[in-house]
Amino acid sequence: MTSLTAGGTAPKSHRRKPNRVQFKSDHPGGKVKYNKAESRWAYLFISPFYLVFLIFGLAPILFSVVVAFFNWNPMDNSHPYVGMQNFHDLVADPIFWLSVRNTFSIWFFATIPQMFMAMGIASILRSPKLRGRVFWQSMLLLPNITSAIAIAVVFGQMFGRDFGIINILLSHIGRGPIDWIEGSVTSHIAIASMITWRWVGYNSLIFLAAMNAISRDLYESADLDGANKFQQFRFVTLPQLKNTITFMVIVGTIGGLQVFAEPATLGGNYDGGDSQQFSTLTLYLFKQVAVNGTYGYAAAIGIGITVLVVIISGINFFITRRIAGDGSK
Amino acid sequence: MSSVTSSSIAPKRRRGRYFRGLSPFSYCVLLFIAFLSFFPFYWMFVVASNGQDVIAKVPPAIVPGHNFMTEFHAVLDVVPFGRTMFNTLAIALVIAFAQVFLSALAGFAFAKLRFPGQKFLVVFVVGTMMLPSQLGLVPLFMLMNKLNWINDFKALIVPAIVTAFGVFWMRQVVDAQIPNELLEAARIDGAGIMRIFRSIVVPVILPSAFVLGLFSFLATWNDYLWPLLILNSPDHYTVQVALTQLNTQAYGVDYNIVMAGSFMATAPLVLLFVFVGRRLVAGVMDGAVKG
Repeated sequence: MTSLTAGGTAPKSHRRKPNRVQFKSDHPGGKVKYNKAESRWAYLFISPFYLVFLIFGLAPILFSVVVAFFNWNPMDNSHPYVGMQNFHDLVADPIFWLSVRNTFSIWFFATIPQMFMAMGIASILRSPKLRGRVFWQSMLLLPNITSAIAIAVVFGQMFGRDFGIINILLSHIGRGPIDWIEGSVTSHIAIASMITWRWVGYNSLIFLAAMNAISRDLYESADLDGANKFQQFRFVTLPQLKNTITFMVIVGTIGGLQVFAEPATLGGNYDGGDSQQFSTLTLYLFKQVAVNGTYGYAAAIGIGITVLVVIISGINFFITRRIAGDGSK
Repeated sequence: MSSVTSSSIAPKRRRGRYFRGLSPFSYCVLLFIAFLSFFPFYWMFVVASNGQDVIAKVPPAIVPGHNFMTEFHAVLDVVPFGRTMFNTLAIALVIAFAQVFLSALAGFAFAKLRFPGQKFLVVFVVGTMMLPSQLGLVPLFMLMNKLNWINDFKALIVPAIVTAFGVFWMRQVVDAQIPNELLEAARIDGAGIMRIFRSIVVPVILPSAFVLGLFSFLATWNDYLWPLLILNSPDHYTVQVALTQLNTQAYGVDYNIVMAGSFMATAPLVLLFVFVGRRLVAGVMDGAVKG
């Protein structure tokens, strides 16, 4: 056991056995008999969560569908029914589609390189001979606790055209200066670098935990079969990380669709740059609510985002099934 | 193929080479990453403590200057920073305590008690967690309008006092750390459910509850989109909203002020991290194995 798990408060779910003694419910013959007092306590304990969840979670989600069919405006109390108008506008709105493209571009630059980096860092960290483990792990997690806005401020300055440290470093190797913020792809890279900086260490720890859970026997036998280090990674480590990678892609996609603080801070407003070159979906939605006060249209954007999430999840599911069908586990 | 056969001649030497000691190169990589992790914090202070004239030149200053107090006061002129710090601290603490307590209750119920509809209630929440949070944003804002909670801390606190994440976290924790035999024994001794929760469950899960509280505290401290929508008077700002205002008002004019504000907003968290970083690392990694 490494020092890591010893210090932790690891909830080990594998301790759970299928035939565990049921607390407060002896049910011979398979049929569960509920204890009335116990049920009452249980409902009391979960009721704060469900109360909050129904009022502030579920009800707004359901109501958003209604809102999208009206022209809500905070200024006057009239809210005429407009039918599909908001959705027609949405499909014909070039800035919405530009925001879709920007969001995916940022997502791509933020997720894919980060995944490889995190895997590489985790491979270093998992060595049992590593010294100063807690220090390295803490340094990795440090960026994650800072606010996205503070980080966007610093990175915005570092990516500055004239006096940003990145362009100054580039000039030393005879490149640049690049106008990072004004360019489309370059601004996406700048935003993606902020996201990567914040999350790569966190994801390294996730990979590390998953790698630590892989049985050492697998490596021993691969070693005996003469597999080299790369082959061991490719044929032992990687297949075992499949679930973690899938999980990370899903979480990364959800997070990617919520990118807001970085473009808002970089531009200093909710336009997403002079030519909307880094307007994201959430930024565009926020602008409808906070600046334009077009609630119905904002709700339509929210539904548009949900449709995209469903499509992506479908593709993701399909790809995962395909990979799973390849025979590995 | 040839390399495979040749290496199998001497399997003993190869045994465990995947986990052999780290090369100096690996340490260099780690050192470089640690540097990159820390650099933006350092840079915040460098820019915040040097005058505009030192920053806006090539090459720029790369060591801290003596100007921080000037910028510090400049920040206070734009936003009431002390007030916003207090607001954020108060909101974050209330949410953290409420979330830990209510999540522990619900988590205990889901892990150890049995009641009709248990499965359905869990599936129901997981199902709606898949939907993007932006979907409910507009109606939630309209609801706050109706409740007259605009520019009111209630709008930030009440929806956050107990979350699905917290409940699932606590359910795992209780499930893993409290043996059923212990609960059975307590019940035979005549302890009621409330008594069992107080005297058996709470003491055992306290360390994990602390980590959940930390996560909740950090999330609230760094939350920006919702407070930005809700809060509209400077004396009600949270740190992140104040920072956004600072950035909007001084945008393109004075990076030093914005950086000073960023530094002031971040320094308490870095300080906190020095003390609790270890536990957060353990918390993240435990969560990973669970998920």
